[in-house]
Amino acid sequence: MKKLFGILLLMVMALVIAACSSDSSSDGGEDADASDGGDSGESAESGGGGEGTVEIFSWWTGAGEEDGLLALIDLFEQEHPDITVDNAAVAGGAGTNAKAVLATRMQGDDPPSTFQVHGGAELNEGWVAADKMEPLNDFYEEQGWMDKFPQDLIDMVSKDGNIYSVPVNIHRGNVIFYNKQVFEDNGLEVPTTYDEFIAVADKLQDAGVTPLALGDKEAWTATQIFENILLGELGPDDYKSLWAGDIAFDDDRVVAAAEKFKTVLGYVNEDHASRNWQDAAQLVGDGEAAMINMGDWAKGYFSNDLDLETNKDFGYFAFPETDGDFMVITDTFGLPKGVENPDEVKEFLSVLGSVEGQDAFNPLKGSIPARVDADESKYDEYGKDAMKDFNESNLTPSLAHGSAAAEGFVTKANQAVNIFVTQLDVDNLINTLKNAASEL
Amino acid sequence: MATFNVWKTIKYFILIVMAVLFLTPVYVILVTSLKPLDEVSLANMWALPSTIDFSSYSHAFSELAPNFMNSVYLVIPATLLSALLGAMNGYVLSKWKFKGSELIFTVILFGMFIPYQSILIPLIQFLRNIEMYNSIAGLVLTHVVYGLPITTLMFRNFYANIPDTMLEAAKIDGANFLGIFRHIIIPLSITGFVVVAIWQFTNIWNEFLFAVTITNSDSQPVMVALQNLSGSQIVQWNVQMAGALLAALPTLLVYILLGKYFVRGLLAGSVKG
Amino acid sequence: MAEQAVDRQEQEYPENHRQQQAAQKEKKPKKKISGDQWVALGFLAPSFILVLIFVYGFIGWTGWVSVSNWNTLVPDFSFAGLKNYIYLFNDYRFQADLRNTVFFTILFIGLVIVMGLGLSILIDQKLKGESLFRNIFLFPMALSFVVTGVVWQWLLNPSTGYNQFLALFGIQPKWYTDTNILAGFEWGSIEFGLPVAIIAVVIAAVWQMTGFSLAMYLAGLRGIPDELREAARMDGASEFQIYKKVILPMLMPITVSVIIIMAHISLKIFDLIYAMTGSGANFVTDVPGVYMFETTFRGNYYANGAAIAIIMLLMVAVFIVPYLLANRRSDG
Repeated sequence: MKKLFGILLLMVMALVIAACSSDSSSDGGEDADASDGGDSGESAESGGGGEGTVEIFSWWTGAGEEDGLLALIDLFEQEHPDITVDNAAVAGGAGTNAKAVLATRMQGDDPPSTFQVHGGAELNEGWVAADKMEPLNDFYEEQGWMDKFPQDLIDMVSKDGNIYSVPVNIHRGNVIFYNKQVFEDNGLEVPTTYDEFIAVADKLQDAGVTPLALGDKEAWTATQIFENILLGELGPDDYKSLWAGDIAFDDDRVVAAAEKFKTVLGYVNEDHASRNWQDAAQLVGDGEAAMINMGDWAKGYFSNDLDLETNKDFGYFAFPETDGDFMVITDTFGLPKGVENPDEVKEFLSVLGSVEGQDAFNPLKGSIPARVDADESKYDEYGKDAMKDFNESNLTPSLAHGSAAAEGFVTKANQAVNIFVTQLDVDNLINTLKNAASEL
Repeated sequence: MATFNVWKTIKYFILIVMAVLFLTPVYVILVTSLKPLDEVSLANMWALPSTIDFSSYSHAFSELAPNFMNSVYLVIPATLLSALLGAMNGYVLSKWKFKGSELIFTVILFGMFIPYQSILIPLIQFLRNIEMYNSIAGLVLTHVVYGLPITTLMFRNFYANIPDTMLEAAKIDGANFLGIFRHIIIPLSITGFVVVAIWQFTNIWNEFLFAVTITNSDSQPVMVALQNLSGSQIVQWNVQMAGALLAALPTLLVYILLGKYFVRGLLAGSVKG
Repeated sequence: MAEQAVDRQEQEYPENHRQQQAAQKEKKPKKKISGDQWVALGFLAPSFILVLIFVYGFIGWTGWVSVSNWNTLVPDFSFAGLKNYIYLFNDYRFQADLRNTVFFTILFIGLVIVMGLGLSILIDQKLKGESLFRNIFLFPMALSFVVTGVVWQWLLNPSTGYNQFLALFGIQPKWYTDTNILAGFEWGSIEFGLPVAIIAVVIAAVWQMTGFSLAMYLAGLRGIPDELREAARMDGASEFQIYKKVILPMLMPITVSVIIIMAHISLKIFDLIYAMTGSGANFVTDVPGVYMFETTFRGNYYANGAAIAIIMLLMVAVFIVPYLLANRRSDG
């Protein structure tokens, strides 16, 4: 006890002296802590990735996504045994925790070598507008990528003619998954128009089945429905104009979309606010609900986690009136300014953007490649379908996932939708969106 | 005598009902952690698993194990240092009062109330300036500082109950400030240390926000690894629950082993307001 | 920005020394500062300096951001006056947050005290299995809010959890999905009253923190000498009267400590709500901590977020200032 006390006192005295001497050199005392804490204290200051290290920052820590990322890293390390990869993943809250850590690090001038960011406004109005990203035009030319990604997609990662990131995968947001058995039992056909959708929903409701499952514990799931209705109502071109600020939020069609959104919300499960999207998807899996609108990561949940079979237990169709459109959610990686070893980071981006890289990552993640020339045979039934649609459809940016508008607007839109789901006040929603639109 | 027994039965009844209510969350965690993934759903949350499946535990363990020692390296020095500094402050602020010491106490105590999310950015910039960012040492320092208000408060209240006459006697015997602290105060405050240590140990072990922002992937404590068990879109609840139990073992152990001393320590301090 | 933060800290140092010197000067006329007193100041110095930097330096920074225009990813420290504060007080979500915090804090602290006191009195009756009961009530404190948030989200889910049992009695509370406001009246743009949903969150928080007040009260009860109760009994007081007239008043200081410690947990609460309910439908379970985190790190409204933090600090002051004043008075 006495000895321990002596040691402690020594440590504290060191701390006192260090703290008194000056503000910047107070690490002397902390070395004392570190030695107490064993060897782990030595790992200080490796942020940003020193020479020979590439730090990849993402929020991919879950089952399939982490496997995909690790496969990608493996591939990279085989090709570049001299470069170490530091997999810095932060989980939780569909990336919110990761975004908090990222924002803190970027504001503190300690960028990771490369980081996950959704293509579209999240990248362009966020980090590019903040002048934190390096343009990659020459790199794209070098890699011969200009015709390997769809032009719409390259536009999504470009601002003022400069390209800023490399897309690795594609998810689709305007998909409705449905329970085949329930549809069969009630003699229902897949709806393609809004009116058909309402007719189907009415029949289901009469049959005692919840027509549409919703889990809006996090508001983006409801925003997702709204954006799909908007897309159906406006069509792809005007939908994009809306986000470009060329169409006002009190446009009749936007108001009509809000009215439809209100109607659709009449068909959801009563306990929607207590569920996240997975809990809601379970309702569809169990047959308590018939349909759910969700990004196609839900497909992985249905088949891997709930053990359901594609096109047998569950099916999928495009959100009504958005058949030729593809609501894109794309994860991309760019090159932040101030990284010590940009060439090594580019090596990583080149693997990430290659056919091999995308085909290593995507089948495991359950997404489809962003490139148009990937190997179709590596993907499952749904994947092949989605790849076909991706090549043929109009690509539109998702609001709920930060591609359509700056994050400030998305946050406010989510808040407005959250209030709308309870109050169902169309005027209020339109007004809030209109006020927030000044930030577009 | 009969009425006495009725009372006693009622008392037991209330305690048992409360205990059962208190334990239901544990039941749910336990049952979920033993289920295979396809049995985990909201509707079946009370159901026992059809077969007991320990695979979640092995999965969670393999993911958490590398970060476990980081937590140990973090929590032990941080707890000891914050307790010791708290004891020093408490000693001065209760037994060596000077004009302005109450003000200093107030100044320190107020630190307890700052919302940590709001100071993340300056905190990280400061830690970078003193080259302690991305290290366990930096996290230790952070926890020590933000632990100071409460440890100071606890020790100050604790020492307030040690009679001044004891100190006076020691002074007459020629003991000085340090001598009194070492030979009288410290031995008397072992129970106080237990209380403070339990409190700090649990808080630091369970803390997430600082841990995730201040450390990098090599030095992340176990709570961050636990959070990383869940994915961005899909959460495997059985693994998550198994991991939660594994990660909570040290703190549970601390409470079960030291729970008695916790109350005794609070008693010794008589937790004066 | 980095330099600015450091500048600020450098400014704090001289002030710190000045304060100490001032403290010493004032003392001088009465008696000479002994060597011991110097050592005493040396004991306090490291903590005091660290707190000045980490608490006051950073609060200063936050306060400064809160009156700036920094509401995008690009730091912009131009002076905005009270713009961000005015925005917040007109904001539907923030008004709801204030309402929720008030009711959460009152219910949470009240229940923690009642439960802790009640259970500690029961446990203190020299019953069998005392340590088992004590450990059962203490252990939730050992768990992380992040974990318990998820479990309570399930338990208080309206379609499963406890409701599966309550169905036997024909009660089906909607728990945290209930959007009703009890005794509500128009206040700003929101309805002010008790949000029913907040009760569910309070239950989870009380479950977690009752152990602390229980332990405090148990210690307090053990500290009351048996002679006192005996004396009261001799005077013909009933057990109930003994508790009311003798024991409860003696436990008052403990109650004050519990209130302070619970208030700081309650006003800052974040993890539990973030994991359990999120903001809730119509923001019925939203709190300033959650709003600040989301608006700062998801919406990039740094100045708004900082303003929320400053308002939270001011709310805390409402609790702590009376406590500190009382403390000073009692210490003479």
